[in-house]
Amino acid sequence: MLTRIGAPEAAPTDVGTELGSVSLRDARKTFAGGRRGAAPVPALAGVSLHAAAGEIVAVVGPSGCGKTTLLELVCGLVEPDGGSVDAAPAALMAQRDLLLPWRSAVDNAALALRVAGVGREPARARARALLRDFGLAGFERARPHELSGGMRQRVAFARTLLSGRTVLCLDEPFAALDALTRQEMQDWLAGALAVAPRTVVLVTHDVEEAIVLADRVVVLSPRPGRVVATLDVDAPRPRRRTDAGLVALRERALQELRR
Amino acid sequence: MIAVLLLLALLGVWEAYAQFSGVADIVLPAPTAILTALYEDRVLLWSNFTVTAGEIGLGMLVALVFGLACAVAIHFSSTLRRALYPLLVGSQTIPIVLVAPLLVAWWGFGLVPKLAIVALVCFFPIVVPTLDALDRVDADLRKLMRTFGASRWQTFRMVEAPAALPGVLTGAKLSVAVAAIGAVFAELAGSDAGLGNLMLKAIPNFQTARAFAAVQILSAFAVALFGLLALAERRLVPWARQPRGTAP
Repeated sequence: MLTRIGAPEAAPTDVGTELGSVSLRDARKTFAGGRRGAAPVPALAGVSLHAAAGEIVAVVGPSGCGKTTLLELVCGLVEPDGGSVDAAPAALMAQRDLLLPWRSAVDNAALALRVAGVGREPARARARALLRDFGLAGFERARPHELSGGMRQRVAFARTLLSGRTVLCLDEPFAALDALTRQEMQDWLAGALAVAPRTVVLVTHDVEEAIVLADRVVVLSPRPGRVVATLDVDAPRPRRRTDAGLVALRERALQELRR
Repeated sequence: MIAVLLLLALLGVWEAYAQFSGVADIVLPAPTAILTALYEDRVLLWSNFTVTAGEIGLGMLVALVFGLACAVAIHFSSTLRRALYPLLVGSQTIPIVLVAPLLVAWWGFGLVPKLAIVALVCFFPIVVPTLDALDRVDADLRKLMRTFGASRWQTFRMVEAPAALPGVLTGAKLSVAVAAIGAVFAELAGSDAGLGNLMLKAIPNFQTARAFAAVQILSAFAVALFGLLALAERRLVPWARQPRGTAP
């Protein structure tokens, strides 16, 4: 059913302003040890990364390499210990959909608008239009527990888009989904971003996801994370997973990861 | 259903014992005698019931207002948490039996000392689950709200307060039982009406059946109040009963 959902056609999410960019220069972050006397945990050991306006940059790396910390730096949730982080205001979308169980799909999607002070009905109208584009017509009033994992993630993405932020930080957005739904959601996200372009930093441990979606793939080392390779993906869109060039790139990325 | 059967069985044993063991009526009235008292004294019982029900209802309301205010204040300020929480726990060790006569001495036989006592015993069971629910709000949700530029107050209003509602209702349910006991204690310490007052007067007058009838009414009221809150829970926080879905 999901496969028949085309890419959204209208763009009720025009941000109006120029897309922002993201630039990290030698950003470092070390966390204090959990208990008193415990050794500090270095999360990022000098990461440089640049995402120009409208670019999709994927960050891949083994578990615990500081990928989430990287996004928190971009979103301004934590401050770097060293280096610099220069990013336009960014919205975060996590692996868990983080939908509020007491709000309907439309009210969840409208959450950021409500925070920004948009009235209830105008906010709902915009959220409703976007949910319809996302193939969720008829589910506007459903509570999160009534939706499938893929649907919930689409509601979460609608909420992220409606935040009006021009930079999106996606933290393993589809990792909680089953393999088939994950592939469908990746294709769907590619379509959604083609219609509503954003500057995206996509963190994932799924190399294929990175290659299918991104303009550039940055490979991080195990903790503490540092950049070990940067691969440009210049295949035209829409992309096919089986494309020889993409498969070769995936092999290269995997090699870099295993080093 | 099983609860009803068990209750009926116990009542049967009780009835048989009271009828055939020769125990005096004033020591242990038979369930049928209590039923008779329930019917014959219905006007008296009703007028005293309304007094006690008012004390319980208003007292719980007072406890809710102060308890929620206190929980929210502690939630917002770690200084207040350090300052108030120990006092709060300490306040629970004050023996109500001792405090009740004092409060009556200060405020007389009227409603005020009853409300104070009921509120005092209900306060703790309301604050603790509420505060727990507020503390358990997903840290990632707070982060999400921050990336949306939400103020502390917006995060509270849109995320934390609704998330805490199940805790508030749990607290209210817990406090129903202690509220009834608190109200009776308060009336024993000094009152001119209420079911506790009625019990106090009935026992020395050998009207044990009447006292039992009063107890009967009080527990029926507590059960009804509890049921009402459970119903409110089902209506207000349906999501709290739902499976959490596939989210890890």
